[in-house]
Amino acid sequence: MVRALVVTGFGINCEEEMAAAYRLAGAEASIVHLNALFQEKDSIHRYDILNFPGGFSFGDDIGSAKVLANKFKFKKMSGGRYFIDDIRQFLADDKYILGICNGFQALVKMGLLPNTQGNFEQEVTLTHNDSGKFEDRWVRCLIAPGNPTPFFSDPDLHQIDLPVRHGEGKLLIPDEKVKAAILAKKMNVLSYADENYAPTSAYPANPNGSDLNCAGLCDPTGHILGMMPHPEAYLSLYNHPAWPRKKRRNPGLSEDGQGLSVFRNIVRTVRKTRE
Amino acid sequence: MNTYRVQLMMKAGLADGPGKSLEQNAARFFDIDTGKVRSSKLFSIVSALPASEIRAYADAALRDTLLHERYMDKLFNDSRFRRFLYIAKLPGVTDDEGVSAEKTYADYFNISGSGDGQFIFSAELYYIEAALSDEELKKLGSELLGNPLINHFEFGIFNGRIDYLPQVRIRNAVTTKEVPIDLDDSALQKLSKEMLLSLDLHEMQAVKQYFLCEKTGLLRRAQGLPENPTDCELEVIGQTWSEHCKHKEFNARIHYRDLDTGEEKEIDSLFKTYIYRSTAIIRERFEKAGNNWILKVFNDNAGVVRIDDKNVFIWKVETHNSPSALDPYGGALTGIVGVNRDPLGTGVGGGRCLFNTNVLCFGSPFYEGALLEGQLHPRRIMSGVIKGIQDGGNKSGIPTVNGAIVFDDRYRGKPLVYCGTAALMPLEYKGRPSWEKPVDPGDRIVMAGGRIGKDGIHGATFSSLEIDEHSPRSAVQIGSPITQKNLSDFMESAAREGLLKCSTDNGAGGLSSSIGELARISGGAIVELEKAPLKYPGLQPWEIFVSESQERMSFVVEPVHLEALLRMADDYEVEISDIGCFTDTGFLDIRYKGACIAFLGLDFLHEAVPKKFMEAEWQAPQLSEPVLPSQDQNRILLRLMGSLNICSRESVIRVYDHEVKGKTVLKPLMGDKGNAPQDAALMRFYHDDFSGVAVSNGILPRYGDIDPYEMSAGAFDEAVRQIIAVGGRLPDPEVKDGIFWSVNDNFCVPDSLYDPEKNPDGKFKLAKLVRMNEALFDMATFFNIPMTSGKDSMKNDFKKGDVKISVPPTILYSMAAGIPDIRKTVSSDFKHAGDIVYRIGRTYNELGGSEFYALFGELGANVPRVRKEDARRIYLKMMSATERGLLASAHDISDGGLAAALTESAFGGQWGCDLDIPDSGIGENAELYAESHSRFVISCAAQDADAVEKIFGKDCCRIGVVTQKMRIRIRVSGRACIDLGTEVLFRAWRDGLNKPVAEGEIHG
Repeated sequence: MVRALVVTGFGINCEEEMAAAYRLAGAEASIVHLNALFQEKDSIHRYDILNFPGGFSFGDDIGSAKVLANKFKFKKMSGGRYFIDDIRQFLADDKYILGICNGFQALVKMGLLPNTQGNFEQEVTLTHNDSGKFEDRWVRCLIAPGNPTPFFSDPDLHQIDLPVRHGEGKLLIPDEKVKAAILAKKMNVLSYADENYAPTSAYPANPNGSDLNCAGLCDPTGHILGMMPHPEAYLSLYNHPAWPRKKRRNPGLSEDGQGLSVFRNIVRTVRKTRE
Repeated sequence: MNTYRVQLMMKAGLADGPGKSLEQNAARFFDIDTGKVRSSKLFSIVSALPASEIRAYADAALRDTLLHERYMDKLFNDSRFRRFLYIAKLPGVTDDEGVSAEKTYADYFNISGSGDGQFIFSAELYYIEAALSDEELKKLGSELLGNPLINHFEFGIFNGRIDYLPQVRIRNAVTTKEVPIDLDDSALQKLSKEMLLSLDLHEMQAVKQYFLCEKTGLLRRAQGLPENPTDCELEVIGQTWSEHCKHKEFNARIHYRDLDTGEEKEIDSLFKTYIYRSTAIIRERFEKAGNNWILKVFNDNAGVVRIDDKNVFIWKVETHNSPSALDPYGGALTGIVGVNRDPLGTGVGGGRCLFNTNVLCFGSPFYEGALLEGQLHPRRIMSGVIKGIQDGGNKSGIPTVNGAIVFDDRYRGKPLVYCGTAALMPLEYKGRPSWEKPVDPGDRIVMAGGRIGKDGIHGATFSSLEIDEHSPRSAVQIGSPITQKNLSDFMESAAREGLLKCSTDNGAGGLSSSIGELARISGGAIVELEKAPLKYPGLQPWEIFVSESQERMSFVVEPVHLEALLRMADDYEVEISDIGCFTDTGFLDIRYKGACIAFLGLDFLHEAVPKKFMEAEWQAPQLSEPVLPSQDQNRILLRLMGSLNICSRESVIRVYDHEVKGKTVLKPLMGDKGNAPQDAALMRFYHDDFSGVAVSNGILPRYGDIDPYEMSAGAFDEAVRQIIAVGGRLPDPEVKDGIFWSVNDNFCVPDSLYDPEKNPDGKFKLAKLVRMNEALFDMATFFNIPMTSGKDSMKNDFKKGDVKISVPPTILYSMAAGIPDIRKTVSSDFKHAGDIVYRIGRTYNELGGSEFYALFGELGANVPRVRKEDARRIYLKMMSATERGLLASAHDISDGGLAAALTESAFGGQWGCDLDIPDSGIGENAELYAESHSRFVISCAAQDADAVEKIFGKDCCRIGVVTQKMRIRIRVSGRACIDLGTEVLFRAWRDGLNKPVAEGEIHG
């Protein structure tokens, strides 16, 4: 059985649908409070995929996911190690990490993404949307062909509709070298796109004004993925705002949502590596 | 101890959101040119650590090196910016950001978390290019960025230093005082006023009588108490007997006279006569037929219904009006976070919140009249309230799925802020029913969540005389969603482990209310107040007991589970304290450091409040229908679509997360472009089956100016028909389909207690309230749709000197109904060109109170009447059409009438329509704009038209087709009335909240 760990606590709030996503994708999902990991009542090493769901950890005070990322970097676990060191070991074991929205913000601020130098230093940041406000809206995203992450390895899926729900989703890449590395390795997995699924910087199709129109970013190995849109909120056709029309146009349409593919892909990949 | 100031400022060249928004809003709202503005965040840190350590902490844990410059010893200063504006929090005001900085401080230094008192304080420091006057800076501070009730301001020319530190220090001695009660009537009234007890003379006399009674004296002496009450006892009585807790006016004896008919009647409690009785009748009908989904009504924090064999559905709608008038953001935030605790504290507690709703009533954002002292502009109230609802829901991870905004300038004094929350809770915990609330002698009283401060003591009447610079400011509370999220996560686990026997929330009235209520179940309680954790020392014992500090729950815990519960709380970083036990002595026994400070009989406390007597007099207002000049219908429809009560709420809807949890099926806006407005919201319960719930609201205050009965009946019908529109089903006691309905009624009325001087039309206002209740009873019992919980708010007047701004009597019905299969539901937007369009239900000559008349400043007389039999017949037909999957779209007809509903249906799909409405003899205006109830616009595929017409028969009127061409063409009996591009109408509708629709701007 593929085992997914969904962490929760301190204001994380998408754990329920994240766990549902893995279950629907055929994996076993455990929702575990972060303190259980810090107190070493449970360990990330028991799992194949480590997931940081969306939410408002610590109310987004001091900057989204900043306090959470600090906890991972600075707070010692019961055994005296740092959580970030456990994560490095987890990655060394060839396992996978997914961060959505607030989880993506945490991965960036911990230095796990994009990690072009492999030294786990923060290279980019996620900050306030150009619009200056939180917004919930559905966006169209283009999936980068030939990207290195198994989360988006489905050869038939070139584009995806997903909801964004954030106030701080603008990816800022101040260093041109980092930007070049991201482009060279196709780490800019998801781009906000217009009605024809061409990448765009125009609001509201691009809801935040991200550099590279980036909606989702992976590390050079593809093992770590972070994204602002919520695939776990599109597990069913009935999540899509145009589902009644889609159904009218195509009564035989699958009742699965496109977001489910992200979870099916990674579960399939883990299963395959086991074989 | 050292005090350090750490300043974070956006690097030059990066977008400075708060700075830019100050530039823009200063210009937009006050015509003040600030020039360039730079914002910064200032953390004041009180720490024994050396500067080097704090600097390292600031750089690693507070600063984002890619975004911020960090200043420490010397704050940023630049002569180009000629003024500064500093906004900090007053002592004791919730400072979540400061607390988060403390948490990350603890993580960074690897020290244990909770110290004594706050030691990091957050604030904002702005640098302003223009040399603004002190007056202008003060205005920007207190009217744009902060609020003098909660903020401290400094402004002028910056000298590079900030010395302010909002630490709470209280210097008075902690004592319990004896209060003489053997007083004459005028002295009793004076005492009530001085202590802010809000008790009238009859009530004060009842209190006096209790204490002077010989038996009471004997019992008190045995406890070491004097014959006179203590301050704590009077406070507990004042709180327990408050209108808020005892609903004295809804339980009053009312003499009602109808001056038109001469009819007179006595009503013994509006609540019992209409609300409670209607539900009792409905419940009996269902139970007689073996339908047992109504589990708990009116006697817990929220109503409970069964949804299936796994879970119950709990929901409650509250109001938070007065606090929102004072501090719109804090008021609304506390409203949402507070109402979350109602379902969380129902029965055993520990449910999981499913959704939030909100209905808001404001004055026009374009209001140009004068403001009274202390009155905020409606635009400011609106933006603050919306931000509060946003943070309350989003930060808690609860989707805000349904709501409404109603504009009427009579809400400019006091806005109405209705906040609702529903939750799912397992039917059983470890084999025990979850919705019951057992309390036995010996059970422990455990307080959980936030600490206690002076928050909310005596609400907004908190005396200004007691305030010095270190006094905690607490008239206005600011909820902390993140504190509560931790608490609710913990409760869910604790309940599932069987560690909670039951729980209730600490909201209004604090411990006094929660423990006072729980103690009734076991028959008594002993509370040891010194065990309750405080935010800061110096609180009087009575203050600890009645404080309304937020994010707190009271748990009933069996002693055997206490140890495990404490351990689990530790794991979740939630503070809990064992503060006493329940008894069966019949007394509420409150102690402080061993001494008894209150000893009150529960019978007295809960049953002895004297019944109020009130008078009501009804006389129908003398009204007539206006004669309007003939008008260009294109122009009218454009103005209507852009009018405040009809136009798009997209800018509001989008700032609320309406789909966290991934279960929202019908969102407030749907369609390819996400711009088609919907009727009811729809959510699934689970990710792995298709059952769910539809949620709607009905509110029609302007109809009440003509007839409050029809206003209430109409609002009820509006909420029902929205649920029918999306595919809901009426309840039927005879059918065991398991479909539940759960309704909250919320009355918000102006002061309706007659007083010849202060409230000369009080009898008329009360008569309106009676008529609203009569309609509630008639509608509920007719449709078998039960009230399961509700709330009344009786004093919605804003007073200053001789001026009083009163809200119109308002009732909101918030409805939820079970949906067995969400896949069969219907959205409101047209789906395909060529589809046939029908009007379902009949239009009457009922333009009274319509949005159409409002365009001309007219009220009219012919208010829409609910015809219950017709409504039921039509709803049953709608149900069979949706069941058979025949409907492509269904939209309820309400504000703006048929023309507005048709236009909205065309938006989502970028369609047009070509229609001809037969004139039934009521005239073009009524056909297009009358708001007659129980009607829909539906569309269906051409091949389904015969089947649809067969189902509806005479109740449907085929009016035309959906067209590819994006043009709305409507004729009435062949006469061309409306011919406009869908885009033109859409733009008018989309932009309505941004600017008033001026006559000259309209062109087709």
